Amino acid sequence: MTAPASSDVIIIGGGIMGCSAAFFLRRRGLSVTLLESDLVGRQASGTNFGNVRRQGRPLYQLALANRAIAIWREIGMLLDCDVEYRQLGHMRVCYRTRPELAAAMEQYASDARHSDLDLEILSGNTLRARFPFLGKEVLAASFSPFCGHANPRLVSPAFARAAQRLGAVVHERCAVAETSKAGDDFLVVAADARQFRAPVLLISAGAWGDRFASAFGEPLPLSSRGPNMCVTEPLPYVLRPSIGVVTPNTEESVYIRQVERGNLVMGGSFYNPSYPDRFRVDVRPENSLSLWRQIQRLIPAVSRVGIIRTWSGIEGYLPDSAPVMGPSRTTSGLYYAFGFAGAGFQLGPGVGDAMAELIATGRTNIDLTPYRADRFGAA
Amino acid sequence: MADPVVAVVGAGPAGVRAAAALVAAGVRPVVIDEAMRAGGQIYRRQPEGFLRSYTDLYGSEAERARAVHDCFDALRDRLDYRPQTLAWTISDRRIFTSGPAGQHVLPFDALILCTGATDRIMPVRGWHWAGCYSLGGAQIALKAQACAIGRRTVFMGAGPLLYLVAAQYAKAGAHVAAVLDTSPVSASLAALPRLLAQPATLRVGMGLLRDLRRAGVPVHRGVTPMEIHGEPDHGVSGVSVRTSHGAILAIDCDAVAMGHHLRPETQLAELAGCAFAFDRMIGQWLPVRDADGRSSQPGVYLAGDGARILGAVAAEAAGELAALTTLDDRGHRVCETARQDAKRTIARARRFAEGLARAFPWPREQISRLDNATILCRCEAITVGDLRRSIAETETDEANRAKAFSRVGMGRCQGRYCGLAAAELISAAVGTPVEAVGRLRAAAPVKPIVIASGGRCER
Repeated sequence: MTAPASSDVIIIGGGIMGCSAAFFLRRRGLSVTLLESDLVGRQASGTNFGNVRRQGRPLYQLALANRAIAIWREIGMLLDCDVEYRQLGHMRVCYRTRPELAAAMEQYASDARHSDLDLEILSGNTLRARFPFLGKEVLAASFSPFCGHANPRLVSPAFARAAQRLGAVVHERCAVAETSKAGDDFLVVAADARQFRAPVLLISAGAWGDRFASAFGEPLPLSSRGPNMCVTEPLPYVLRPSIGVVTPNTEESVYIRQVERGNLVMGGSFYNPSYPDRFRVDVRPENSLSLWRQIQRLIPAVSRVGIIRTWSGIEGYLPDSAPVMGPSRTTSGLYYAFGFAGAGFQLGPGVGDAMAELIATGRTNIDLTPYRADRFGAA
Repeated sequence: MADPVVAVVGAGPAGVRAAAALVAAGVRPVVIDEAMRAGGQIYRRQPEGFLRSYTDLYGSEAERARAVHDCFDALRDRLDYRPQTLAWTISDRRIFTSGPAGQHVLPFDALILCTGATDRIMPVRGWHWAGCYSLGGAQIALKAQACAIGRRTVFMGAGPLLYLVAAQYAKAGAHVAAVLDTSPVSASLAALPRLLAQPATLRVGMGLLRDLRRAGVPVHRGVTPMEIHGEPDHGVSGVSVRTSHGAILAIDCDAVAMGHHLRPETQLAELAGCAFAFDRMIGQWLPVRDADGRSSQPGVYLAGDGARILGAVAAEAAGELAALTTLDDRGHRVCETARQDAKRTIARARRFAEGLARAFPWPREQISRLDNATILCRCEAITVGDLRRSIAETETDEANRAKAFSRVGMGRCQGRYCGLAAAELISAAVGTPVEAVGRLRAAAPVKPIVIASGGRCER
C-alpha cells in the first residue's frame, strides 16, 4: 500500500468555489490537492446562467460580492483565458402589476449607496429610450452598470488549469468515499482507494456538501434544485446587459442575456427536480414552456426566435438561501464553502480568495457570521 | 377507463407499418409526424398538385412506395394522425409536441419510435460553401420540390444513397458531373457474400451503377476527397480528389451532394431514457433493442432506421414487429407467424447491412488528414484547428466536454451532423478509441422550436 499523497490543503469539490480556492491558495504558497468526482465545473458551476450580478443580494453580502467583482475585472489576465466576462451591466425590472417593487428597488439603491454599485433607477420615457425592446408591462428598472455576465462553462475549468500551472494537483473523476481525521491530519480515501492526507480540508462540494459536513458531526438542512435554462439560435448582437425580473412569484421570475456569438441565454420560472444521489436532473418540459411564455412579457420581440437547447444543473440550497462558508464548529482544520443557492457564480472568485486568506492567515475581512454552519441550531 | 394511448412517432415505412398492425388489432394509435404527408424520407411524397408518377419519383421502389402510401391512406379514419408536428421531447411518459395547433402534451401507455435517419457526414475542406448539401438534402429537393441542387452536381462520399441519388438526378435530367466514391472496389468484393443476403437489393444497386454508366456519368472508386472549391459570393465551383492511382482529379461543378451512408436519429429514444450501446461495426452509439423491438424502457419500442440503419424493407418489418410486440405486451393475441416473418426479414437486412458497412466503410482515417482550416461544425463555424487547439489546451478527452469548451455541436443542429466527426477527431487527437470519447448528450428540443409556440401570457 502506497503512502497517502500529502499536501497542505485538500479541497473536495471542483466547482467555482473549489477551483478558485485552489488557485488563490497556490498564490499564497500552500500546496493543494483538489478532488472532483466528475470533471471540474460540470455541475452547478458550469450549468448556471452566467450572471455576474451584485444588486439584489442581501446588503451584508455586498462586501463579498465586491471582493469578487474586483477579481472578475481582471480575470482574463489572472487566468490567462478569456472566460467571456463582459462588464455590460445588469438590470432588474419590475412589472406594472407590482408597483411596490419599484419603491423597493429605489430603497435598495439608497441602502446600497455606499457599496459601490452605482445603481440607476429608470422608469418611464428614460427607460423606454434606453431599452426600447422591453415589454409594455415593465414599470421600472434598476440598472447596475458595472456588473455583467460571463461564460460559466469556461470559468471553473480555467481556474483549475491556472491552479495547476501554479502547482496545484487536480484529480478529476475522483469520487471521495471516506473522510476522517486522525491526529492533526485529515485522511481522504477515494472510491478507487487512492488516499490523500492534509491538515486542512475544504468542502466545496455544492449540493453534495452536507454529506461531508455530516461526517464531521455537522448535519445541515441542504436541499437541491435544478435551474431551468435554455438558449436560442444566434441573432444579431444587440442585448448588452443581463436582465432579470424582480418578483416574489417564482413563475414570473425569469432572466435573459445575450452572448457575443448572438445566442440568447435565458432561464428561470419554475425549478427542475434534481437527484444529487444519482447525479441527475430532469428538465421538465412544462417548465421550459412556462419560461418561454414569461420571457415574452419581458422582451416580446423574442417570440419568433427558435430555442435550440434546454438544460439544468444541480444547485444546493439552505433554508435561508445563504451559503455555509467558513470554519467548521466541530473540527479544527475543516472549512466549508457550499450551498450558494443558485447565486454563487458571481461570488465564486471572491469566495475562493477569502477562503484562501482564511486558511492561510487564520482571518479574513469578510464577516462570516451570516454563513456559520451552526446557524440552523444544534445538531 | 380511457383507452390506453399507443403513440407512433414517425410516418415513414416503419411508422406506417406499425400503425397498420395496431389498427388491425383494433387499437387507434396516435401517429405524430413532422412531414406534411406520410411516407418518411425514402418514400417522401410530393406536395399536393405535383403530378410526377411513382416510377418517376421512386424508380425501382415505386411499388413499395405506393404500397406504403396506400396502406397509410387506408388507415386514415382509424388513426389520430398529427402531421406537421414535431415530437420535441419525452418526459415522464409524456410526449411534448409542437404543431399547427401549438403545443400539446400526450401521455402515453406505449410508444413506438420510428424516427428515421439523416446523413452521416465526414467533413471535407470547403464543405461549408453554399451549394454543398447532404445526399439526403439533395434527394428531398428532387423528390419534394422537383429541383436539382445545382446545374452541375458532384456526388461524393460512400454508401447506397450516393448511387441512388446520383442515378435519380441523372434520370430526372440533371447534369451529374461525377460520382466520387471513397470506398475502394476491393471493399465491395469483400462484402459480396453478405450483400447476397438481399439479392434483390443488390440487383437494384448494380442497376443504379449501370444507369449511371449509361448516362455517361464518370464513377471513381477509392478516391480521397481533397477540397470542395468555392468562394463566398458564388458558392461551390469545383471538387478535387486524389484518385486511387494517386492522381489529382479536379472537376468543375456548382453543387456537391455528400454523405457516408446514414446515422439514426436517436435523440427521442435517449430523452425517453433508453439505454445505448456502442456498435463497433458501424462506429455509432445505438439504442439497445431486443429481438422483438423493445427498448430498455418498459413500454418504449424502437423500429426502423431510427434504431439501426437497415433500410426501408427492414423498416417496414421492424415497424410491424414493434407493433406486434407492443400488442403482445399489452395482452393482445398476436400472429406468431407474422412476427417470425418480420424477424427473418430483419435478420437478412442485418447481414446485408454488415455487407454495406464493409463495402462502404466510414472513412475515419480521413479525420486526421483534415487541415486546421477545415470547418468541422457548420452551425457554429468551428474549424478542425479550433477543436484540436481546444483539446490540447484543456486536455479534453470527452465529447460533451469538447462541446462545452469549443462550441462544436452547440448550434442549431445540436451536433446531429458534426457529432460523429467531432468524436473521431477527439479520438484521433487523444489516441483513445472513439467509444471512449462518448457521445453528445441529447437535450430537448430535438429540433429548434419557436418561443411563441407555447403561447403567451394572457394579460
